[in-house]
Amino acid sequence: MPNHKKTHEQFLQLLSSKLGLVLAYDLPKLSAISILHLPSEVWQLAAELTAKLQYRFVAIWAQDLDKNFELNAGLELHGSYLLLRTLIEVTKPTIAAFTPYFPAANRLERHTHDMFGINFSNHPDQRRWTRHQAWGEKQFPLRKNFPVEQASSETTPSDNTYPFTHVSGSGVYEIPVGPIHAGIIEPGHFRFQAAGEDIINLEERLGYVHKGIEKIAEKRNINQLIKLAGRVSGDSTVAHAWAACMALENAMNLKVPERALYIRAIMCEHERIANHLGDFATVANDVAYTFAYYQLMRIKELWLRLNAQIFGHRLMMDCIIPGGVNVDLNSKHCQAIREQIKNFRPELEELYAIFEENSGFHDRIKTTGTLSIEQATRLGVPGYVGRASGHKFDLRHDAPYPPYNKLKTRVPVFNTGDVLARLRVRAQEILVAFELIEQLLDKLPDDSIYTQWITPNTTIEGIGLIEGWRGEVFVFVRIGSDGLVERYFPRDPSWFSWPALEQLIHGNIVPDFPVCNKSINGSYSAVDL
Amino acid sequence: MLKTLYKIFRIGVVTENLPQNKTTAFERLGDSCKKIVDAKFSGSLAIRQIDAGSCNGCELEIQALNNPFYDIERFGIHFVASPRHADLLLVTGPVSRHMESALITAHTATPNPKLVLAVGDCGASGGEFGCSYACAGAIANVIPVDGVIIGCPPTPISLLQGILELLNQTKK
Repeated sequence: MPNHKKTHEQFLQLLSSKLGLVLAYDLPKLSAISILHLPSEVWQLAAELTAKLQYRFVAIWAQDLDKNFELNAGLELHGSYLLLRTLIEVTKPTIAAFTPYFPAANRLERHTHDMFGINFSNHPDQRRWTRHQAWGEKQFPLRKNFPVEQASSETTPSDNTYPFTHVSGSGVYEIPVGPIHAGIIEPGHFRFQAAGEDIINLEERLGYVHKGIEKIAEKRNINQLIKLAGRVSGDSTVAHAWAACMALENAMNLKVPERALYIRAIMCEHERIANHLGDFATVANDVAYTFAYYQLMRIKELWLRLNAQIFGHRLMMDCIIPGGVNVDLNSKHCQAIREQIKNFRPELEELYAIFEENSGFHDRIKTTGTLSIEQATRLGVPGYVGRASGHKFDLRHDAPYPPYNKLKTRVPVFNTGDVLARLRVRAQEILVAFELIEQLLDKLPDDSIYTQWITPNTTIEGIGLIEGWRGEVFVFVRIGSDGLVERYFPRDPSWFSWPALEQLIHGNIVPDFPVCNKSINGSYSAVDL
Repeated sequence: MLKTLYKIFRIGVVTENLPQNKTTAFERLGDSCKKIVDAKFSGSLAIRQIDAGSCNGCELEIQALNNPFYDIERFGIHFVASPRHADLLLVTGPVSRHMESALITAHTATPNPKLVLAVGDCGASGGEFGCSYACAGAIANVIPVDGVIIGCPPTPISLLQGILELLNQTKK
């Protein structure tokens, strides 16, 4: 277990000496996360020092507190989290950016600017990010005085004035792709500059499926909030619903029955397995290895049918509720899961061996789309993308939350950072998930699956952190004294894997873009919010 | 290679006759679809799927129509890359305002006569997201719609059922 106090001591020492004052080393906690209030003038110094001490950037988000904006920055070091907080006057909404020190903060700070009108003075990229043409440059949807309803019923024009990076030279040409893509996938725009087949530069332009999730979450009751959380990204419905519930339960100090936590973890591992199977299959399909596509999609479909049979929903939507879960497992269910694992484990091991021997498959994915260890560290990429580039961080292992603190888990890590490494990580993670599910079933406690939610009579805040199949899902929730949501901020790991795609594509050819993209598979919906 | 062939031989074709006794049996649905596709679309129905703001849940289930169990292509129904090749647009929602123009462009690019199915609770009504500064809600608020398939997300079986119902109503 991480030692929170000791981990942040060095930072506090440095900060104290720079400021010439003494800071208390025993920081107050928000949901087990150390929290430090800073004056806005030292925000830049805090960014500089934490970057120097090799903290990983986790999140940046704001809240409108009427006269002030409260700005929060989440950081992590050795599995221990630190939350920095400052207040900015609404009338002078300018502050230093984290981006010069943490490149991962880039889009989140631009998002915070577009939604709140907070200016990040030394941000290297002052272009808009989330805003297209649905609201004006001087309007900020997450300010409390911005109405949630639409301003006009006129058709929103397309955003064709975005200033893309320009590349020129002899034989250089541009390929605009999207927002509507050729497959059955989410929309977004990719702007390639290429010479011949070689990609010189790729720029992503997302935000097309911006649904105002953070805004429409406000004034919801907690049950409605969790329904919405389950739809931040439909493929991660369990991870996001769980993280939001965890934030609420932490805020309320609500003790969730053990059995409910075990069932949540079983669902979360089920979600991981289904998505890893599906993505491996589609990566294979992108390089015309239809044998792998056929076999893995077959297994995935059987896995989803098991979900439907046990949890009543193929994707397990709306099964997690504040205080617990609304589906219980009986002995038949447990047996069915065990049987399925017993069948699939040897089958997958057999298939992995076949895939590893297929030189045609390897020819397309080995050394393709390489994200170096240095790039992964610099971008702070969590999840399988980081773990394929030597970045061994997994919340279930390095900052285990219940029930993972009672389980034995291992973290498969590869160092080559190519498409092959990402597939290998995911292939191994399926086997680890099988082991975890078996342990969870072995130890499944015999208590209730739900505890009554108590509406608070004061404002509460909480943080939830879950290792979803894409990686670390971070959620902040603030509930008012009326029991309604004041702020919901879900930070999907895709915020960091999308910028990784822009990096790893260098040196690759245009026809390899789909396979590189699929091997990352960032969520559009969860970052467009 | 031998291992691959052995595996292919041993697993065989899993494309299935789903439950025979149920009214929603996939194969019976598929057979009915195929008859109409043969009669009204000269044996081939081309679908262009458009995500106009979805959470990606509907996309997962639409993708499943192509997996070896459902293999929707055997009924003469296939997904195409361009709206210009499409007979039917399968649109998921809610329509985000940032996708509004792109959806209209794709709809305009689809040759007449064209069919539009709004997929999922969000496509049908705006669902969990409704109408707001960011969302235009149901697909029908932005382009004309011929039918809806509800569900969050609809299962592969309800997707095929919805396609069949629409084809049944369609004049040749």
